[in-house]
Amino acid sequence: MPRRDDIGAGVRDMAAILVAAAPIGLLWGTLAAGKGFSALEAWLMSVFVFAGASQFVAIELWQTPVDVFAVALAVFIVNLRHILMAASLSRQVGAVKPALIPLMAYVLVDEAWALSERRALSQKFSLAYYLTCGFGMWITWTTSTALGAWLGRSFGDPAALGIDFAFSAMFIGIIAGFWKGPKTAAVLAVAGGVAALAKLTVPGAWYILAGGLSGVVMAAALYREGDNDVA
Amino acid sequence: MMWPEARVWAALIAMGLATYLVRLAGFYVLKGFTPRGRMKAALDALPPAVLMAVIAPTVLATGPAETGAALLTAGAAALRLPMVVVILIGVVSVVLLRLVLG
Repeated sequence: MPRRDDIGAGVRDMAAILVAAAPIGLLWGTLAAGKGFSALEAWLMSVFVFAGASQFVAIELWQTPVDVFAVALAVFIVNLRHILMAASLSRQVGAVKPALIPLMAYVLVDEAWALSERRALSQKFSLAYYLTCGFGMWITWTTSTALGAWLGRSFGDPAALGIDFAFSAMFIGIIAGFWKGPKTAAVLAVAGGVAALAKLTVPGAWYILAGGLSGVVMAAALYREGDNDVA
Repeated sequence: MMWPEARVWAALIAMGLATYLVRLAGFYVLKGFTPRGRMKAALDALPPAVLMAVIAPTVLATGPAETGAALLTAGAAALRLPMVVVILIGVVSVVLLRLVLG
């Protein structure tokens, strides 16, 4: 298939996702402005990190002066899932020039990964399609977050408008997408309970690691032979 | 425009490296890795467990308004409403519950 068609397919498949992502980028920019970020700083963070969920966590933890280790650790933990997505993609990239792999890694976001994997089920993996999805998100995310920070400076106290809670609400929405039944409830209960306790007793971002690990251990403990066949 | 100070640059670079190296490692270190069985179940649980851990202090240990709003938001999310609608329901309910519950 000519490359032009792959780019067109990428644009078509990404359009609705980008329309949904733009307000979330604006929201992140608003929260960042609340922590003292300029539009330039917000844009730079989106360019350097380019991972929405982890950027929300980093802003939640952000203080002035910032605890560099705490935010980097939190971002690392939240983005660990990308190693599995990249490993899965690595099975498709045999025909891709090795020099382009670092570029693929840079734009590896959930949406581009999901669309490319789904498309690869029915046709050959297309680098042009993947990069169109990835950079479509890059343009939308970097622009909307910077714009949000620029506009956000005029909003005042985010708590008065409930904007401080928007972050938690968005994560609840994302978590719902991972729901697989009662075992998920058990995993979430353990992860949430351990994290809340750790947050109250241990300073820093360790509560994320403690909660996340206990959820993973819970999932492993609940596993029964043949579970993955029905999932 | 305000140029970021050194400590902010350090944080940006550290966060950027933490993310990028994870993404790169999947292509090189874990190339072709396909988890199965108990390992797959555990790794599949990683994203929701981490996200839950992130919001746990806010939704479980802040106050009844936040916990109540989180439950309402979870209800909206369970109905598979669009993300923007789910967020709006969460924000509106936390504002109302904070007014009612003080």
